[in-house]
Amino acid sequence: MTDDGDRLITRGVSVRVQRSGTGAPILFLHGAGGWPAWLPFFDRLSQQHALSVPEHPCFGASDDPPWLRSVADLAMHYLDVLDQAYSSPVHVIGHSLGGWIAAEAATRNTRRFASLTLLAPAGIRIKGIPPGDIFIWSPEEFARNRFHDQKFAAASMVAGSQSEADVDIDLQNRLAAVKFGWEPRLFNPNLEKWLHRITVPTQVVWGREDQILPSAYAQLWDERVSGAQVSIIEGCGHGPHVEQCDLVADKIIAFLDGVRA
Amino acid sequence: MKFVCFHLMPYRPLDLEAAKDYRSAWVVLPNSFYDPKKGAAEYDSYLDQLVYAEQLGFDAIGVNEHHQTAYGLMPAPNLIASALIQRTRRVQVAVLGRALPLVGNPVNIAEEFAMLDVLSKGRLIAGFVRGIGAEYHSTGVNPAFSHERFHEAHDLIVKAWTTPGPFEFEGDHFRLRYVNLWPRPYQTPHPPVWIPSMGSRETVVWASAPERKYPFMVTFSPESAVVRYHTMYREAALAHGYTAAGGQLGWAVPIYVAETDERAREEAKAGIESLFNNFLPMPWEMLLPPGYTSNASLKVTMKMRPALGSRPRAVTVDDLIASGTAIIGSPATVKEKIERVRDQTGFEILISLLQFGVMSDELARRNMEMFASEVMPKLR
Repeated sequence: MTDDGDRLITRGVSVRVQRSGTGAPILFLHGAGGWPAWLPFFDRLSQQHALSVPEHPCFGASDDPPWLRSVADLAMHYLDVLDQAYSSPVHVIGHSLGGWIAAEAATRNTRRFASLTLLAPAGIRIKGIPPGDIFIWSPEEFARNRFHDQKFAAASMVAGSQSEADVDIDLQNRLAAVKFGWEPRLFNPNLEKWLHRITVPTQVVWGREDQILPSAYAQLWDERVSGAQVSIIEGCGHGPHVEQCDLVADKIIAFLDGVRA
Repeated sequence: MKFVCFHLMPYRPLDLEAAKDYRSAWVVLPNSFYDPKKGAAEYDSYLDQLVYAEQLGFDAIGVNEHHQTAYGLMPAPNLIASALIQRTRRVQVAVLGRALPLVGNPVNIAEEFAMLDVLSKGRLIAGFVRGIGAEYHSTGVNPAFSHERFHEAHDLIVKAWTTPGPFEFEGDHFRLRYVNLWPRPYQTPHPPVWIPSMGSRETVVWASAPERKYPFMVTFSPESAVVRYHTMYREAALAHGYTAAGGQLGWAVPIYVAETDERAREEAKAGIESLFNNFLPMPWEMLLPPGYTSNASLKVTMKMRPALGSRPRAVTVDDLIASGTAIIGSPATVKEKIERVRDQTGFEILISLLQFGVMSDELARRNMEMFASEVMPKLR
């Protein structure tokens, strides 16, 4: 893994990035909770790939350019990243908000995508099946609803007292999540009708017991993205790559190997 | 000193015990708790109180806007203001205020305020607010853009009142090819604009700017915070290069007057404790959604008021008296507490909340009468 000060600069926008491994490139786009600490899942992916995990603009300690105001802007930003930071097509993996960003980008242009993996992606809505209201929940409720196995929830709450810098990062993450996801709530009403534009190999992975974005949404992604491989993980909440790390990593690595072959 | 008799119009028949099962009396409290017939009686009672305030000699009567809550029954305060205009002749009518960021087209607010100003022949005071955090949940408006929308809506409304139309407005949030108010406001250049606020440095600096000089009303704050915000306004005015007048400083505060301190405390207790323990509480996530205040202000608030927003322990009438969040006592006590702040800050607008929480019509009217006859004349 690279050092803490590593930054990725794209058209003047500087963001924090974690990188590890060599091989075909993977770009991981994080969810609305913010840039994750290095995960066991990332270790698995970086064994045979060059993995980059950037922090989205507006989140944490990355730049917060005032002109960057929507998920559509983030999608265009990542198309710039794919063009400028890579010399070959990239396997893009997005979780939740990150999945929405990746899908928005892919509907615009898949030229720089080797494949697309969506982990419980936001971005579309089925009327009558609302997502959980992450913005009204307390931190405790959020932790509880994020995981099916409550030992993960308990672990995420044992953070202890936060440093001043941690508080700043946390407030900025919450602000960014609200800016991009408050209304319409975590989706773009115009995205679903263009999902057929995603023509690269795509897989969708969802936790059956997801309390934030219901797994019923997987069916709609299956219908709209031609040839998508959809997997529902039993006994799993909103973070399949955290809660069922090995199972999900195996699945993704096998999928990426299949794409290469 | 200028006296405003202000009302929130709470839903008094609320089952306070049963309502405790919910996160808050805002947004998520089912409206099956509301009975339309009892609600109609509430309106009658409250409108009569405000009309009575004119007879009692108040300078203005005031209402405000809140949505989806038992805390206040005025999602459309201009409707109440219109009714009050028809039933009064002399008093100013203050709408404190409309929540500018929450609407899709602020010209509607400019139009309605212009209508009220004309209907009242120039008796309107126009309050501009951002709405409270819970209202970003109940309207769906993104709090991350609350400040931007407020400033842009303000600019649009004032321009609509003062610039000959039609003109085009080209904003980031509001874009209108034709702005051309019929009717225009009665007062010249426009109705007085007041800014009620829980207090933030950004708002104080903006309201006090020389091109605005908007009176700033500190609401529901301990006495020490009222003094601090008034002082902050005076300092901001000095930084802008002028000395603020007392008429630019206001204090909105629950007040209860009775013959003795002890009797006032007894009579005010149920009303004031229900206001602060039942009608007002909400968790942080509802009160201060991200973006509603700057991260810097949010950190200050979290440090200064750690109990705020966490379903804090119940406050008592004695806590509220001690902190000066409510003024409760004999005429001499109430007068002295108001004077104590006036001596420090020179504020000249007192927005008195004389009915609060579950307080009955009878007590509210007695309170209004005592305040008007025993306190008001001595402070004028």
